[in-house]
Amino acid sequence: MKKIITLSLMGAVLATGHAQARDYDTVRIGVDIPYVPMEYRTPDGTLTGFDIDLGNALCKQAELDCKWVIQGWDGIIPGLQARKFDAIMSSMTINDDRKKQILFSDPYMTPPSAWFTPKDSTISSPNEESLKGKSIGVQRGTVQDNYVTDHYGSNASIKRYATADDVAIDMEAGRLDIAFLDYPTGKAALVDSKSGQFKTVGEMLTEPKKYFGEGFGIAFRKRDRELAETFNKALAELKDNGTYNTLYTKYFPDAKAE
Amino acid sequence: MEQLSTLWQPLLDWMNGNDIFTPNTFAMYWTGLTNTVQLVFISLLIGLVLAVPLAIARGSRNQVLRKSIWFYTYLFRGTPLLIQLYLAYYGFAFIPGIQETWLWFFLDDPLYPALLAFTLNTAAYTTEIFHGSIQATPRGEIEAARAYGMSKAKMMRRIVLPSALRRALPAYGNEVIFMLHASAIAFVVSITDLTGAAYYIYARFYAPFAAFLFVAALYMVLSFSIQALFKYLEKRLLAHLKPAR
Amino acid sequence: MLDLHGYGYRLLEGGLLTLELAILSLILAVVLGLVTASAKLSSSIVIRAIAKAYTLVIRGVPDLVLMMLLFYGGQIGINMATDWLYYEFDVDIFVNVDAFVAGVITIGIIFGAYMSETFRGAFMAVDGGLLEAARAYGMRPWTVFRRIRFPLMMRHALPGLSNNWMVLLKTTALVSIIGLSDMVKVAAEATKATHEPFLFMIPVALGYLAISSVSEWCFMKLKARYDVGFGAEGASWNN
Repeated sequence: MKKIITLSLMGAVLATGHAQARDYDTVRIGVDIPYVPMEYRTPDGTLTGFDIDLGNALCKQAELDCKWVIQGWDGIIPGLQARKFDAIMSSMTINDDRKKQILFSDPYMTPPSAWFTPKDSTISSPNEESLKGKSIGVQRGTVQDNYVTDHYGSNASIKRYATADDVAIDMEAGRLDIAFLDYPTGKAALVDSKSGQFKTVGEMLTEPKKYFGEGFGIAFRKRDRELAETFNKALAELKDNGTYNTLYTKYFPDAKAE
Repeated sequence: MEQLSTLWQPLLDWMNGNDIFTPNTFAMYWTGLTNTVQLVFISLLIGLVLAVPLAIARGSRNQVLRKSIWFYTYLFRGTPLLIQLYLAYYGFAFIPGIQETWLWFFLDDPLYPALLAFTLNTAAYTTEIFHGSIQATPRGEIEAARAYGMSKAKMMRRIVLPSALRRALPAYGNEVIFMLHASAIAFVVSITDLTGAAYYIYARFYAPFAAFLFVAALYMVLSFSIQALFKYLEKRLLAHLKPAR
Repeated sequence: MLDLHGYGYRLLEGGLLTLELAILSLILAVVLGLVTASAKLSSSIVIRAIAKAYTLVIRGVPDLVLMMLLFYGGQIGINMATDWLYYEFDVDIFVNVDAFVAGVITIGIIFGAYMSETFRGAFMAVDGGLLEAARAYGMRPWTVFRRIRFPLMMRHALPGLSNNWMVLLKTTALVSIIGLSDMVKVAAEATKATHEPFLFMIPVALGYLAISSVSEWCFMKLKARYDVGFGAEGASWNN
């Protein structure tokens, strides 16, 4: 029934108001799940992950009410601009292509991108030579996708998937020779959960900045500069008072916090 | 050569001046186009070859044969192609140990599971189209063939099939265009077809209009060329069915 | 018993969404089809050309591409418009294209084009004498349409309508690609989580077959209704 009403309201104005006068008592944050360990659901349905915990801590620090909205990766930037939510906190890498569309907070973490192969793979360092004719799995529209497409698109076969989980499934089925993913996600999906079947190979990448940008940021609509400042301030405070470090070591015990 | 480059220069300038229509993205669209054409053409060809004997058997006196072919076409025509594609792609991949068998050679590349699903699907539709047109063979033609003392096989080969397949042309033309359009789902199993190329460019540059309108235009050109081809074939092969002037 | 790993309920929900989506799109398609069919029979060249261009474009482009264009492009197009309103006039409006609405609109628009062909043929098959007779009785145009033209036309349109509905039903599966949780999407998620494709895909396939069987029965009933007055005698005329 609700959907029928939505349909009849189609094209109608759903919310109006003055943006300047709008104070954000409730901030809706868009997030794409699952992306273990950054954002996912526990079996009982609660949202959890580094982004979720950090986001909640930021909101508490800034005295904002926050609500998480689930949104698929493909539609996440259009969704922000359509005001389905007011911010994106979903392991989104800050880069130039995206800066044309949206406003980013200061980076809140800088994870590298990493290559993953089956345990017995012969690829030891991914380069033009060793990837020739291989099938590379990536999540569609991610910075890793853009990087491999531009560097290896002409002599390797690039397989694009809707989610990182789909990449993991085809790695497991043996359809992919190598996968290129955000390190924390690839590690959770391939190395940690499939004991001993997969490993990381080669160098982890954070350069060139054109692709890998400055790390993960929270995204806002370009006009919401004030909201971005509020989050930047809260982030700086959490880094000062140690909350950030506690969270970071909770999720990434084997890495040292920046 | 000099002149050629001056001709191309504005085009190259324009390509370098924007994100979305660059030599790189055109290479992507080209891959997409070849994959789409390849997938559609091969599945239609194998489907066509399968459909002729299936359509004959579909009208056979043998109950079991007739019913099992009916059941096959019922299943494949009654369910979405997307489900058939998922089954072909994931259905075998999770069987433990399959990676060690020769079958994996085919299942490894997503193109083959997609071909399998598309071929079985179009063969089912084509079987029904041909079956319908075989059933509609004018009685007079059959009686004439019998009067000549033709065997059943000879009658099928020389009289029934040639006329039935010709009469099936318009419906088969629709099926070809339908397959072209249906093939757009191939990208969900990681094949870069035309739609997949457009989706990549949308996801990278957030340029839905440039990406999807461009491939929509390409699909339209393909569809109308197929339509024109079938119109031509109909004119050539179905001239005898036109009302006399 | 069939163990669906706890996905059973969500599969049912997905099935319901498939049905809702299919029925709402069908309604939109029938309305668009009737309007377009009338436009094709109009005396104005411009209106006829617009109607023709509409069917031509739809027949040339895959359903999925149109769906993505509308779902992703529609949202960005609306965003551009509302942003412009905001910067130029300080008006802040917010219009959300949700996946369900986008699905209904796209499928409705696509099948509206196919329906228009069906309806056009059916309108032309109605005996003009009957319409003249109705007018001679002093019926208004709308009354003529509702009492005479539509019921007579439906007799001819039903086979095409039923055919289009069966295709439409299967087309709804595409919404799973733009993120709607219809039964195909739930089955795909479950497949990936449990690695048991047949367990989830086959019940969904049966779901589609069940819906088509039920609708076939409904169309048979409808056919009996619109064949009233043509049934027995009609058959004897033909022979």
